[in-house]
Order: sequence, then structure tokens, then C-alpha cells
Amino acid sequence: MNWQPSASLQALHARAELLANIRSFFAERDVLEVDTPIVAARGVTDPHLSNVTVKLCGDGLSQSEYFLQTSPEYAMKRLLAAGSGSIYQIAKVIRNDEVGPQHNPEFTMLEWYRLGFDEYQLMDEIDQLMCSLLGCKASKRVTYQEAFLTVTGCDPFTAQGIESLRSWLVERDLGDWVKDEPDPDTLLYLAMTHYIEPTLGQTEPTFIYNFPASQSALARIHSDDPRVARRFELYIDGVELANGFYELTDAMQQAQRFAADNSIRMKQGKPRALEDERLVAALQAGLPDCAGVALGLDRLLMLKLGVSQISDVLAFPIDRA
Amino acid sequence: MASYSTNEFKGGLKIMQDGEPCSILENEMVKPGKGQAFNRVKIRKLISGKVVEKTFKSGESVEAADVQEIELAYLYSDGEFWHFMNNETFEQIAADEAAVSDATKWLVEQDVCTLTLWDGKPINVTPPNFVELEITETDPGLKGDTQGTGGKPATLVTGAVVRVPLFVQTGEVVKVDTRNGEYVSRVQK
Repeated sequence: MNWQPSASLQALHARAELLANIRSFFAERDVLEVDTPIVAARGVTDPHLSNVTVKLCGDGLSQSEYFLQTSPEYAMKRLLAAGSGSIYQIAKVIRNDEVGPQHNPEFTMLEWYRLGFDEYQLMDEIDQLMCSLLGCKASKRVTYQEAFLTVTGCDPFTAQGIESLRSWLVERDLGDWVKDEPDPDTLLYLAMTHYIEPTLGQTEPTFIYNFPASQSALARIHSDDPRVARRFELYIDGVELANGFYELTDAMQQAQRFAADNSIRMKQGKPRALEDERLVAALQAGLPDCAGVALGLDRLLMLKLGVSQISDVLAFPIDRA
Repeated sequence: MASYSTNEFKGGLKIMQDGEPCSILENEMVKPGKGQAFNRVKIRKLISGKVVEKTFKSGESVEAADVQEIELAYLYSDGEFWHFMNNETFEQIAADEAAVSDATKWLVEQDVCTLTLWDGKPINVTPPNFVELEITETDPGLKGDTQGTGGKPATLVTGAVVRVPLFVQTGEVVKVDTRNGEYVSRVQK
């Protein structure tokens, strides 16, 4: 019986120190720590995420099945709409069907929102946090388009570019489905995960920004260029560490994105996800202008300790939990 | 037609790819925080023996390969086919040259071999790990050499050539490891 932790005692100490340093970083900046539910009435609509559900019994509950949160995003936005000011949270989140060397179904996320910031100001702050926690070099910024042009020579924002990307991928013989794949985003994800990500953040932390509008998630669309979403990701040593947005605040667009997610779910033969009406109502009441980011703390600790398995930084990963 | 979802992928699972049955060697999930997940797998093609990397969209289904392994005793070869028999049911199966391939040089009558069947037809024959075969030809060695240093080539009754110690002589039976083709010991008749 394997009852012992998979992380070393040294890693557990490093985790405690990391959490303390993060808390003092935000305390110095007057960002409020908050705590939102893991068990909630609604899950995500995101077609690529899967909530774990739990059954609850009890008098006065409005439903029997609840959703373990994949991120504290919706609840934190409701706090922002309620006038909380800038907030952060160190949250346990749970995602179904994610197990691997860099994935544990339950992991720790640092998520924060800065009022009055756009994505560039937030990237500056993330840079400061990374330098203080990891002692790394200052980051560099590369647009999504530049990253694709550098590695594949294909422009992700034109129909012609997508077709040349398809040929580029077909040459790499990953599978017969690639030549007939109808969804351009799937081709972009394939190139990104297999060929671009491994090259990112090798000498200094690298932000990729200006994602395609089709991958906007909850970021607002660029007013000058509707093909581009104001979304960014941070990579260090080829590992995706954080994902952030200049947040969408328009309730109508939010409702449309939920509906769009659900139509993708239908096409994929997945069940329709209940849309979080409380988030839409909060946006209707008014979400202040803000930028927000979610950062994987376990992966950050892996980088700090120079280990490659998430189990090296977790006391009890899922196979020992 | 049977199929497997990518979340059933694991080492040893048999799937169809490029029209050929394949065995999964490694399976790795590639999952961006936002966006499509993939299963990146390393597979061995069971007919050509090639090892290749493929990527599947997570959640997709992949055609299963009807592959099974059975243990059969080797009977004889008629020059075109190699015949095997199930020792319990006495059912016989013939494997062609492509299926038997390199195993021919290790086939000993009555030895139990592992046959890989695809849709009921043999595609591969694996001989036992150890076989005992008579030497038909080897140079006379030095009598006094019992250390087995150096060694010399010896041709076995099946045509296989193995390196044996100098003291081993024509007509003797030797035990050979079929996985690396190396001499193990002499066998007392």
C-alpha cells in the first residue's frame, strides 16, 4: 500500500513558501484575497472542459446535482460586479478526464483580476510576479500570428494560411483525419500543442497574445481587428503556465458565447451545459473594466524546483489520493 | 465494427491504422488549458513491424483491430506454408512466409510457438524463447578449450548460424536464445 506522499518534503516546503510569497505580493498591491465555492449550481459551457458532478442531499437545495468548478472565474466575476475591487484567489479546481505527467484532475490555480487594467498592464504585473518568484529574466511578447509564422510559415488569420498549415501538418503524418479536418481551430491547436509550444519560453518567459477570435473564450474582441481576441498565454520552458483576458464585460455577448459553446457541444455529441444565468445577470448589472488571468500553481512549482512530473509537487496525486 | 474511444487507449491495445493492425506502445494526453485535447501515441505496426507516432483528437473513436495471440505447436513446412496445430483441439493453421519470416530458423517440430492472428489469419510467428537445435556444421575446435572464449560460427539444422564456444562440435545439440540469437549451453542427449 503506497501511503506516502509523492512529493519530497523539500517540495512541500517550497509550496508553502510559494503561497506565502504570492500572498505578500498581492497584499503589497492591495489586491483582496477571496474564497469562492468549489461546489456550484452551474458548470462551464466550454466544449473542451468537463466538470465533475456531485450529488447533494439536503433540505432546501434547488437541485440534486452540482458541479465541481474547473476555475473560479464565474464566481470571481460576480464579486467584481458586486464592487469587490481587484481580487485574487488561490483555488482548488477540478477537471474531468485530465490525467498525465503535467495534469492532475484536482490542481491549484492562482486566479486574479485587476480593475482598470488591460491585457498589457496585466502581462506587466505577471512578469513582476514571475521575476520575484522564479528569479527569471524579463519576459518577451510574441503575437500568436508571429509564433505561427516563425515555426510553420503559415498565417493563422487567413483562409489561405489555414490551408497551407493543413499541408504543413499533413506532411508530418500525424493521422489521416488531418487532411479532412473541417475545423480550422483544431488544426491551429494541433500545430500549437505539437510544434509551437515546445519552442516557447526556452530562454525567457514568453507571452503569446492576440489569439484568434474563434479562441476568444471570455476575452473581448479587438475593436480594430475582429479576427483577434484580447487573450494571452504565458509559456516557460515550453509549458503553458497561464491564460488571461482583457475581460469581456458585455452581457449580451457573454450569453451568445454560452450559446455558441453549446452548439459546438451538440456537434461533438456532448450534452448541453447549463448556462450560468447568475454570471449573465452580474454582467448585466455591470462588470467593471478589468483584465484577469489564471495561472497553474503546481506547474509554477515544478518550474521552480526543476521537476517534470506534476506528482513531484503534489502531496498525493490522484493515484495516491 | 468494433472501435475504441481515445480514453480507452493504453499500452497493448490493438487498433487499425493505415490499413494495418497496430499495437499501442505509449499513449500521452496533450491538453491545452483552452481548446481541443489530443492523444499522442506511439504504435507498432504488427505486419511491417514499423514504429510510428500518430495523434488522435481526444474523444474520437478508432477502429479496433481483431488481433489475438494463440499458442500452437509447429508441425512441418511444405515449402510454401508452415503448419501449426492446436494441441487440444487438433485444429491446424498454415502461416505463409511473410508471417513466419525470421522465425523459420528457430522452428523445431512440436515446439509451441505464439501465433498472432489478425481476422483469424496468422500475421506473425514468435518462436519459444529457448530452442534446442543440432549443429550440422562447425570447424573442429581446440579440445582443451572449456572457457568458451573467442568462439566460432556454427550452422544449425534449421540453417541458423550462431556463435558457439570452441569446444562445441558438429552433431551436438545446443540451446539458443531466439530473442537475440545467442548460444546458451550444450544439451546432453
